[in-house]
Amino acid sequence: MSIEPFEIHLPQATLDDLDQRLLTTRWPADDPGATDWDAGPSPSYLRELCDHWRTGYDWHAREAELNRFKHFRAVLGGTIVHFIHERGRGDDPLPLVLTHGFPDSFTRFLKVIPLLTDPAAHGGSASDAFDVVVPSLPGFAFSELRHQNLFGIGDLWHHLMTDELDYRRFGAHGGDWGSTITEQLARNHPGSLVGIHLTDVPFWHAFQRPPDLCPSEQEYFATQEHFMMKEGAYAMLQSTRPQTLADALNDSPAGLAAWLVDLFQRWSDCRGHIENRFSKDELLTNVMLYWTRQAVASSFAPYYDITHAGAPRWMLEKAKEWVGSSSRVPAGFALFPKDLSHPPREWAERFFNVQRWTTMARGGHFAALEEPELLAADIRTFFRPLRGLRPLRGSRTLHGVAPAARVAPAARVAPAARLRPRDGSRPRDRG
Amino acid sequence: MSAQRFGIHVQQTVLDDLARRLERTRWTTFPRAEHAPGHWKTGTYPKYLHELCDYWRTTYDWRRQEEALNALPQWRAKIGTADLHFVHARTNALRSLPLLLLHGWPDSFFRFHKVIARLSNPDAQFGDGVGDGAAFDVVVPSLPGFGFTGPVALGPEQPARRSAELLWRLMTEVLGYRRFVVAGGDTGSVLAQILAIDHPDAVVAIHLTDIGWHATLGLDPSSLSRPERRYVEDSRKAFQADGAYAMLQTTRPGALATALSDSPIGLASWIVDRFHAWCDGHDVDDSFGREDLLTNVMIYWVTNTIGPSMASYFASARSPSLTPDDRVERPVAVALFPHDIGGIPPRALAERTLNVQRWTEMPRGGHFAALEEPDLYAHDLVQFFRPFVAGAGAGDRAAQQERSDVHRAV
Repeated sequence: MSIEPFEIHLPQATLDDLDQRLLTTRWPADDPGATDWDAGPSPSYLRELCDHWRTGYDWHAREAELNRFKHFRAVLGGTIVHFIHERGRGDDPLPLVLTHGFPDSFTRFLKVIPLLTDPAAHGGSASDAFDVVVPSLPGFAFSELRHQNLFGIGDLWHHLMTDELDYRRFGAHGGDWGSTITEQLARNHPGSLVGIHLTDVPFWHAFQRPPDLCPSEQEYFATQEHFMMKEGAYAMLQSTRPQTLADALNDSPAGLAAWLVDLFQRWSDCRGHIENRFSKDELLTNVMLYWTRQAVASSFAPYYDITHAGAPRWMLEKAKEWVGSSSRVPAGFALFPKDLSHPPREWAERFFNVQRWTTMARGGHFAALEEPELLAADIRTFFRPLRGLRPLRGSRTLHGVAPAARVAPAARVAPAARLRPRDGSRPRDRG
Repeated sequence: MSAQRFGIHVQQTVLDDLARRLERTRWTTFPRAEHAPGHWKTGTYPKYLHELCDYWRTTYDWRRQEEALNALPQWRAKIGTADLHFVHARTNALRSLPLLLLHGWPDSFFRFHKVIARLSNPDAQFGDGVGDGAAFDVVVPSLPGFGFTGPVALGPEQPARRSAELLWRLMTEVLGYRRFVVAGGDTGSVLAQILAIDHPDAVVAIHLTDIGWHATLGLDPSSLSRPERRYVEDSRKAFQADGAYAMLQTTRPGALATALSDSPIGLASWIVDRFHAWCDGHDVDDSFGREDLLTNVMIYWVTNTIGPSMASYFASARSPSLTPDDRVERPVAVALFPHDIGGIPPRALAERTLNVQRWTEMPRGGHFAALEEPDLYAHDLVQFFRPFVAGAGAGDRAAQQERSDVHRAV
């Protein structure tokens, strides 16, 4: 199937309608001057943000910025998938797929793309360059949601990277849903992945509580439970009553902004002031991708999938299968202090072949937007020792052959010694 | 302290604005919904919501509803910083007792519109002598934060107790009653219990349709018998399956308030989803009728009070007024409707926190029993409260005279 270049262009009628709705926003009868974020977004900040949206925010300028990246769309298994594909500048760029989550979008990675594709221009070495692929999750921004559920997205990405983009082996990075999907890639296609880099341990592993938790893991479970009770209502609602919630959010741009921006404030390392981390324009461009694409309902699909349709059983089976038999694909973790969860390394090692574990000094859930340099440096360092283990480019003559057959067995099981990082971080062997 | 006569008159601009919003609704469908008829699995069934919206736009007549509401004698009273709205339907019966009816979320004073006449004149309404000559002066307030009372600054300390205090002042200082009875469900149950605990001299007895979350989910499971534990465990599971609305409202109500204030269809979906979840049967129209469903939604919309109504969960969760150690010593009737949230608890569980004198397990009905099964509900209230009428009424002549003066004065 063909990949087609794509340019973002929103219909004027959609923008006009948005303008009209913002102009006639009916605000709640709360104190409009209240500045606290105790029960939801600060009413005064929300009004300020929406005022900027209507009078200061310039979509056409933001659209032009987004279009400076190379966008494509491909039909994968009958579904249109949108992605950015930027070639690296260096002798031998390593292909890398970056996967976002909720409540963000492909814009999560816009700041790290240049740092990864052209490290030489940003104080790094050209030998660390990556070919970067940033897809929009099905049902987000310009990707369709058809029949795939959350558990098929990893396969979809593999299809994109190998069959469509003709890469033989590649790396993957993600956080939030992106880490769940990146893990699927490593589990289902270990021969294609040189390594995976995550900013969290996919949260659903905690659906099953092993009997032999060490103290730091017990603490992790306790804080996770506390988080769900205190902050988890958004996820509970999105998984149990997504239609009811979407009815309101898809009909009110200010309401949608409130829902999404609330999470950016709470989950970032912003010290209480959201604009310490994100400009209004950054926040609004992300909201625009949900609003104008009417994507909020479909963006809830992963929350539904992970709790319905046999998913819990699927996960428990997988978890059993995976515990104690950590995937051979090397995994690197970069943990940011203000992210939602703070898993201990012991927990990660139950499910992953942990080769690098970095505890960052600052940053939060949206690390790629908040601390692009820190994140890019960690990704470069993690993949540096893994670069030698590939032929990267597939050969067109291999098309039509089952993907598993296209990976030489020797490449699939890399010698452990070669997988160890050379940066001094201590890999931990597992029995 | 005095009350002013009150009538509902929504400005035409509000109705015109609503019509425009409904017309431009941006519909959306959650992709996982299987659209079999009557399907509400992922939220409000989209086909139903479309039909309800059409009905709202083309058939529903707010002015007619407004007229019907204004047939109820309504008042507003300034108490502290609150401007409390209430219906006050007095009986002509010689033997009478004041009855305070307290609604919950997501309903309104409208919850009781079908039972007011049944209670202020039971003999005429039921025609079977059930009242035995006794009847009630019925008082139905819009709770602080709700409907035509609107937002009330209650402070951070035990806001539900502060709400109850306002209601007590309404009954005693404004209306001049010395002794009265209280009935309610949902938030109304919590407030009725607080009133009975804080004012046992004034509150003769209370009638509840649920025992309250503090008396189920708040308990230490190790202290419970097996049936109690099973019930609490089932409640917990039910909460996990369909309690997200409550979790959101207790933790981040402000994250959703903007959308629900701005989108009438979003508001209708949020509210009607609950009416569907807690009705008896599978057809929300059969249980309530579209007119009543929409009038209840309209009360939230025209007063723009969905935000404050949700915020009351948040505030109460931060500083709860009732704990499992609190006990109501005044006589309590519990009338349980099988499709209410959590189903029917074991009586022993209720007796831990309530002095249960009457226990009725109803054959049908749900959370909004006064709307869905008004006869069953009103009949149970009359049966329970009738023995208290003579005593209370006889000692209250002076007070009745006094409050008559109050009403004449305004």
